[in-house]
Amino acid sequence: MIVMRPLREFRFPVTADCVTPDIFENKTCKEIEELKVWEGNKQKRLGDLFKIEESDSEKANITIYGDVSKIRRIGSCMKQGEIAIQGNVGTHVGEEMRGGKITVYGNVGGWAGSMMKNGTIEIHGNTSDYLGAPYRGSTQGMRGGRIIVHGNVGSEAGTCMRKGLIKIYGDAGQFVGFHMIDGTIYVEKNCEERAGACMLGGKVIIGGSVESVLPTFTIDSIKPKAKIEEDETANGPFYVFLGDIAEEGNGKLYVHKEKNPHLSQFERFL
Amino acid sequence: MELLIRNGYVYDPLTGVNGDKMDIAIKDGKIVEKIDEAKARKIDASGMIVMPGGVDIHSHVAGSEVNTGRLIRPEDHFKDFEPKTAKTRSGVGHSVPSTFTTGYRYARMGYTTVMNPSMPPLEAKHTHEELSDTPMVDKATYPLLGDWWFSLEYLRNGDLEELARHIAWMMNCTKGYAIKIVNPGGLEAWGRGSNVHSLDDQVPNFRITPREIIRGLCKVNKLLNLPHTIHVHTNNLGMPGNYATAIETMQCVEDLASENKPAIHITHCQFCAFKGEDWRTFESGAEEIANYVNCRSHVTLDMGQVVFSDTTTMTADGPFQYDLYRLTGHKWANHDVETETTSGIVPFRYRRKNYVHATQWTIGLELALLVRDPWKIFLTTDHPNAGPFTSYPRIIAWLMSRKAREATMKRIHKRAANRCLLPSIDRELDFSEIAIVTRAGQAKTLGLKNKGHLGVGADADVAIYDVNPNTTDPSRKYKTVRKAFKHAAYTVKGGQIVVKDGEILKHVEGNTMWLDVQTNEPAEINKEMKSKFRDYWTVEYENYPVSEHYLAISQPITVKANV
Repeated sequence: MIVMRPLREFRFPVTADCVTPDIFENKTCKEIEELKVWEGNKQKRLGDLFKIEESDSEKANITIYGDVSKIRRIGSCMKQGEIAIQGNVGTHVGEEMRGGKITVYGNVGGWAGSMMKNGTIEIHGNTSDYLGAPYRGSTQGMRGGRIIVHGNVGSEAGTCMRKGLIKIYGDAGQFVGFHMIDGTIYVEKNCEERAGACMLGGKVIIGGSVESVLPTFTIDSIKPKAKIEEDETANGPFYVFLGDIAEEGNGKLYVHKEKNPHLSQFERFL
Repeated sequence: MELLIRNGYVYDPLTGVNGDKMDIAIKDGKIVEKIDEAKARKIDASGMIVMPGGVDIHSHVAGSEVNTGRLIRPEDHFKDFEPKTAKTRSGVGHSVPSTFTTGYRYARMGYTTVMNPSMPPLEAKHTHEELSDTPMVDKATYPLLGDWWFSLEYLRNGDLEELARHIAWMMNCTKGYAIKIVNPGGLEAWGRGSNVHSLDDQVPNFRITPREIIRGLCKVNKLLNLPHTIHVHTNNLGMPGNYATAIETMQCVEDLASENKPAIHITHCQFCAFKGEDWRTFESGAEEIANYVNCRSHVTLDMGQVVFSDTTTMTADGPFQYDLYRLTGHKWANHDVETETTSGIVPFRYRRKNYVHATQWTIGLELALLVRDPWKIFLTTDHPNAGPFTSYPRIIAWLMSRKAREATMKRIHKRAANRCLLPSIDRELDFSEIAIVTRAGQAKTLGLKNKGHLGVGADADVAIYDVNPNTTDPSRKYKTVRKAFKHAAYTVKGGQIVVKDGEILKHVEGNTMWLDVQTNEPAEINKEMKSKFRDYWTVEYENYPVSEHYLAISQPITVKANV
């Protein structure tokens, strides 16, 4: 089990897509130190930036202690194993992840779980924008897996999502589930505007308040609860909206009834 | 500089050399009879194929629509990038690569001449700026003149001679090479939210039909003695059942052909060889088109072969692109270029397991194999509409090997594979025919006298591929052939070795060819025309022409017109 500690504070962004259990597997600490990373526009050894040692007390394959908020693409394309990060971390954590688990006990930068296909990311702090969203311009969003955030989330979480689950136990920013095609997004607390914009399918559940629902959604029914996954449901009652009609979509937007009394005007259309 | 290419198996269909072992001598950028062997630099091409440098008749490599494609597709650049080296500049892009990378990638495949097929005259400056930044290849561009208001007005009034003079002026203004017609009449209609659906539909406001536009411009082309024919993207492109429109388009200029010379070039013919009522009954109309073309000599085609990949479609055919957007729901761009044309861009992914896409793949190959004369059909992908140009080696392998086709056929949509004609076609092209469809035929149709052959006096553009025609059976060893055509052993451009073993050795600039059409009297640029510029264009008449200093290396080709 590998433990990594940054040797200094980083001034430039570091692209460290080699930090995955798949690449570290069967390598000694010496070999891991020789792996190449980019710091700004300079190529460096991983050993120049981190103190790397083996420890038997840690459960995860890779444990990182300290602030690594300048480090990008940790766990990129990982297929198995576990990474635990005790501190803040930079953008693109778990990009194109195919399996395994990443746990972060701190805040996370943008594009966490971008284009992921399987596996789990659990974040105990806040995350920035584009959670589970694809690369800019791409429509190949999240294809599977789970992202669980215990803090707040920035804008455009779950953009172009095709499958999988995003659970947010805090607040969410604008455009939750923008252009999503399938899958489920659950926001326990409040949501900023334009939730589910351009959605074509899938489910967005908002357990808190939301200022307004886009005019391109129509109210369908009121349901007592909403299913998040196999053994988890959110208790309502919920207004169920269908949309986005502007995109001829058939997505479902669940909005908590009691926390959104201003939406009661929609009830007359039922 | 003198250069001697020794002992290669030379395939040069235009001079009738078919795989003979011979030397090619080069001096001062031209092919010559003899040079002083002691002084010359030598390339040992023994066991290799020597061909003229490749010519691409239709490839969208520069201009505003290509650039918009680049802008709206960051994800296209994300996974395909080339870092800077000591010799080359960096670049990105898979289906819409940046200009430098475009040039390098063409050179690596042994291509030395590229034609950029659609340039709205208003965007000519932009197009030429990008062409000037496309290294390694000679290039030219075709202005879109089929829906230009002046064309439509003069055609309506039947004043062909004045139109010819105006088009000569336009060629000079935009530094263009041929008359490009896209969806004649349809683009003007699209400016008003409609389209034309047959050759005899009326174009709104102009009381003229697509048939009259095509015939008129074909006559003008002849009056002006332009080296290339009219370059036509047919009406109803991309609609099921449009093979009939394509045949009708070819028929409508049948009587204008003379001396067995082609009168019309139907471009990316795969897209206009669709049979069926709708997408469900969609099937290949390649056989009908091939039967028609086999019995006539006034038509040339290019394939527009689909390659299964993620690409970006871009044409001047605004209504077609809008329909494509409705079909895919993808992001899109659409634009009405003032009084001249329209354009549209939609990213598109061709999937093996999609019935329509798989059938489109078979249509392109059926066309190329069923048209018996290789001088009538050329290899293109209509880059990037049906696939990026970097997939040409793959298409060469499909054309040369039935086994390669069968290998792909196993992986495509079952119903498409069962219904198509392709499995019943045994024909396999040989190296000489490949030389025709990738360079000699294209150069001949384009009227490029110094390109596409290795005769004395030709430009010293040579491609050498590391495959031995005597020991390699392309039918069985198609992967070897594909690899050889992907990375040329040597590319010689203008007498200089620019590529060796697929690596760029030297960054060279290519010429921009354009037609300096000389009419007996100049076009009548009167007050009325200038006032029209003021009324209808955002650009003043004085700022409209592209002056010669815009081109990095200008190569005017003088043409003496009959008017």
